[in-house]
Amino acid sequence: MSDDAFADVPREPGAAKPEPILVADSVRRSFGGLTAVDVQHLEVQRNSITALIGPNGAGKTTFFNLLTGFDSPDSGEWAFNGTSMNGVSPYKAARKGMVRTFQLTKSLTRMSVMENMRLGATGQTGEKLWVAPFKFLWKTQEDAVTTRAEGLLARFKLDHMRDEFGGSLSGGQRKLLEMARALMVEPEMVMLDEPMAGVNPALKQSLLEHVKGLKDEGRTVLFVEHDMDMVHEIADWVVVMAEGQIIAEGPPSFIGANQAVIDAYLGAHQNTDLGV
Amino acid sequence: MSQTISNGLFGAIGVTAIAYCLAAIGLNVHFGYTGLLNFGQAGFALVGGYAVAMPVMNWQWSIWATIPVVIIASSIFALLLGIPTLRLRSDYLAIVTIAAAEILRLLVSTPKLVHVTGATDGINSFTNDIQNTIPGFLKGKSVPLWEKQISDYEMWVMILGWFLVVLFSVGVWSLMRSPWGRVLRSIREDEDAARSLGKNVFAYKMTSLVLGGVIGGFGGAILVIGQRNASPGSFQTQFTFLTYAIIVLGGVGKVKGPIVGAMIFWFMINVSDNLLADWTDGSGFQLPTWVMDSSNFSFFRWILVGTGLVLLVIFRPQGIFGDKREQAFDVR
Repeated sequence: MSDDAFADVPREPGAAKPEPILVADSVRRSFGGLTAVDVQHLEVQRNSITALIGPNGAGKTTFFNLLTGFDSPDSGEWAFNGTSMNGVSPYKAARKGMVRTFQLTKSLTRMSVMENMRLGATGQTGEKLWVAPFKFLWKTQEDAVTTRAEGLLARFKLDHMRDEFGGSLSGGQRKLLEMARALMVEPEMVMLDEPMAGVNPALKQSLLEHVKGLKDEGRTVLFVEHDMDMVHEIADWVVVMAEGQIIAEGPPSFIGANQAVIDAYLGAHQNTDLGV
Repeated sequence: MSQTISNGLFGAIGVTAIAYCLAAIGLNVHFGYTGLLNFGQAGFALVGGYAVAMPVMNWQWSIWATIPVVIIASSIFALLLGIPTLRLRSDYLAIVTIAAAEILRLLVSTPKLVHVTGATDGINSFTNDIQNTIPGFLKGKSVPLWEKQISDYEMWVMILGWFLVVLFSVGVWSLMRSPWGRVLRSIREDEDAARSLGKNVFAYKMTSLVLGGVIGGFGGAILVIGQRNASPGSFQTQFTFLTYAIIVLGGVGKVKGPIVGAMIFWFMINVSDNLLADWTDGSGFQLPTWVMDSSNFSFFRWILVGTGLVLLVIFRPQGIFGDKREQAFDVR
C-alpha cells in the first residue's frame, strides 16, 4: 500500500477512505454533563499509520477505550472489518484483531519478560483448565509460542531482559515490551495510546522504526500522540480531536497549517488584541 | 518441656493444621495467584463442613457419599458470590465474601434450624463411617509422637487429611506452572492488560474462585471430621484471618507456602499455649500475676502471635518461600 491511498481523500473531518478497516458512526460518551466523545464519522484506512492528536482532554483516550470495549458509549456504533463491535467485551475485541496498549504502561510487574510475552499468544490449549495440569498436552505449543516470543524480543532488543521481572524494566523498555506483547496476539490493527510518553530521545528513534515496521508487516496502526515530531515522521494521516469532536483530518503537512487545529491548541483569539 | 514440644509438633501436623492448610491452599489460589480479595474463606469451610455433617445426620447418608456434596455446595457458594462481584473492582468481592460468611454462620446457629443444623451446638455423631474404616494396622492402637499419644481415629483423619493436602498441592502446582496459571497471575498483576490480550478475565476469576473455594470446603470438612463436631463456632471470621496469616507466613503465591505456613503457625500457637499455661499454673517457674494469670494467658498468646506477624511483615515481607525481588515492585 503506497501513500497514494490518501491521494483522493478529501481533507475534511469524517472523510471517506478507499479501504477502511474501522468505521465509527455517531459515537457519543458523556460523563455527567461533560461530553467527552462525540465523533460523527471516522474511517481508518487499512494498512496505514493514522495519528489521533488533540489537546489534553480532547477525548482521545476515551475514544480508544470505547473502540476497544473498555468503556461503553451512550450511543453510536462502529465496525471493525465489517463486523459490528458494539457491546463487544475487550477480550473479544482483542481476539478479533484489535489490540491496544495503554497510556500508563501495564507491564505485568511480578512476571518475567518472557512470561509477559507468552501471555499474549492467543488460542493456547494450555489455557484451558482441563488441559493445563498435563504438560505433555501443551508443551509443543508452548515451545512454538516461546520461539515466536524470542523472535519479537530480539526485534525489540529486549532479548537480554527475557528472564527479568517486568517491574524491573525502565519506562521506555516497558513501552517496547507492551508493543511486543501486543504483537504476540497477531493483531490486524494495533492501537497505541501515547507510545512515546516517557521514552528517552535515544530510544524514540528505534520505537519509531518499530511502528513503521508494523505497517510494513501489513498491519494497521492507530496511535494517540502528543509528540508532533513523531506524528510528522511516521503518520500517513492525522485525525485531530478537540472537545470530543473530530475537527480536522489530513496528511501531517496539511494539519500543521490548519486554522481549526491552531485554534484548538492555542485558542481562537491568540492574535486578537484584547486591549489589556 | 518435652511435653510442650510434643504438643507443638502435634499441633504442626494435627487435624487443625491440616484444615487450615487446606483453607490456605484455596485462599492462595484466590489471593496469591489471582489477586482475589476473598475475606470469606471461613464461609467456604463452613459450607464444606456442613455439607459433610448434614446429609449424614439428617438423611443417614454414608459420609463418603458427601464428597461430591462438598464440591457442589462450595462451587454453588462461589458462583453466588462471584457472579455479582467479579465484574466489579476487587473491593466488592472482599465486602461480599466477609458478609456472606457471617450470614452463613449466623444462619446455621439459628435456633429455628436446630433439627437441621444443630444450631450453636452443631452436629455430632456423623463420623461413624470414619471410625469404622480405620485400617487394621491402626485400629485400637495409639501412635506415640514423642510424649504425645495420638488416637487411632485422630491418626486416620490425619492420614486422610495429609492425603488431601498433597493431592491439592500437586494439583495447584501443576495448574500454576501451565499457561492457565499464567493467565491467573496476569490477572493479579493487571486485569486490564489481560483483557487487552484477549483473555476472558471474568471466566478465569470465576474458575479461580470456585477452585479455591472447593479446596477451602475440604478444609472445613476435615476440620469437622477431626473435631467430630460441626458447629458455627469453628467458622468465625478469625478462621479467615488466621488463614491469611498462614499464607503470609509461608509465602503468598507459593505452593509450599500454605503447608509450611500452617505447620509453623500451629506449632507456635500450641507451644506458646503450653508454655504460658505452664508458667501460670502455680508450680515451678511462674510469671508475675500482674503480667498474666491462668485465666487470661490465652489472650496473651494472641498478642504474641500478632506481634510475631507484625515483625514478620516488617523484616521478611515475602514470607518464608517468597521471592524478595517480587516485594521490590510497588503493585498498583
